[in-house]
Amino acid sequence: MDHEHDGHEHHEHGRGLPPHPTREDDDVALTYGEARYLALKSLLIEKGLVTADEIRRRLEINERGNPQQGARMVARAWVDPAFKARMLADAKEAAKELGLEVTEAKLVAMENTPACHNLIVCTLCSCYPRSLLGEPPAWYVSKAYRSRAVREPRKVLREFGLDIPETVEVRVHDSNADLRYIVLPMRPAGTEGLSEEELAALVTRDCLVGAAVPRSPNA
Amino acid sequence: MNGVHDMGGMDGFGKVEPEPNEPTFHAAWEARVMAMMRAMGAAGAWNIDMSRASRENLPPDVYLASSYYRRWALGMEQMLLEKGLVDSDELAAGRALRPGKPLKSKLTPEMIERVLTRGSFARPAPAPARFKVGARVRAKNMHPPTHTRLPRYVRGRVGVVELIHGCHVFPDSAALGEGDNPQWLYTVRFDASELWGADADPTVKVSIDAFEPYLEPA
Repeated sequence: MDHEHDGHEHHEHGRGLPPHPTREDDDVALTYGEARYLALKSLLIEKGLVTADEIRRRLEINERGNPQQGARMVARAWVDPAFKARMLADAKEAAKELGLEVTEAKLVAMENTPACHNLIVCTLCSCYPRSLLGEPPAWYVSKAYRSRAVREPRKVLREFGLDIPETVEVRVHDSNADLRYIVLPMRPAGTEGLSEEELAALVTRDCLVGAAVPRSPNA
Repeated sequence: MNGVHDMGGMDGFGKVEPEPNEPTFHAAWEARVMAMMRAMGAAGAWNIDMSRASRENLPPDVYLASSYYRRWALGMEQMLLEKGLVDSDELAAGRALRPGKPLKSKLTPEMIERVLTRGSFARPAPAPARFKVGARVRAKNMHPPTHTRLPRYVRGRVGVVELIHGCHVFPDSAALGEGDNPQWLYTVRFDASELWGADADPTVKVSIDAFEPYLEPA
């Protein structure tokens, strides 16, 4: 995030002057979103509803979640069966063991097995374990994914380049309440000699939603 | 409400297009809209259910034509108007035209920490759970005109209770400012053929999280 530009928000621009752009390239023209954001922000601050400091603080917190945190949990589950059992029982509690704080009400890990592949979607909005993984990718909140994942998941997965054999059940979970979900993928073959860190590096964000599976570096 | 936000099973939105090395945000304002939304939510201006309802209540053409983060911005404007925190002439002007109404609670650093989601939504159970794991249940054929978390594509369909998650804040009530009204929450699993008909993929199952008032014995 461009903290330097956050810094610009400390000083006020006189009325009548164009508001300062918020983009990294300092483009003079404002997009619709930028103009709307700046107008709304100054209005809320003038109204005393929020302060620039509070917005900045939230921006910092927004950045805490990232997919690597989920990948660390998966790698630990692969090397430590007792941790895996705890993660499947209560993933929010298990996250604490790795120093990770999940602020959503509950985190549920869905385990991929040779018989079942899991895929997570939120058809009604965009529910996603943000405190752990960060903001969802654009494809996850897209209308195409939200409409199709529950009806033709295999076709959707093929668009990600993932072909799940017909012998494997595809389970789609619509994350429509306050529970949040991550997929615990299977450890790929040929990774016996890898360290926990090296294993974590195989687990991409899409693996944690079920739109991809981890691949062995030698495959 | 039966809005366009309830997208499960709809056609016509094209392919899913994953973007290689996608950035978290595609423009800085997107992150800032989220930050404002969360700061205001933490200060008690609204709850998560009201926030969801605000986006669902956008006119269908606006919802469908707007980007994800634009919907957040538009929903927030709507809530600010509804709560009387800003007036429409102020939104149009982009500045305050009269003094603000302070929020009930003062925003503390701990409150800013809280995200949009409920940190804890578990509540004491007012009654024993009506359904057991393994029970066959039907999602009610209900069409509340207000906020609900029961997707249209499961209504009237029969599934099996797979998990019981305890008793939780009921979004349908909380969105209306009617309090927590705690309800049991279940994971219910459906066969794809039950949802999508005889041509559906027999190897696909779909599950949802369903509050007890959404379900009846089957």
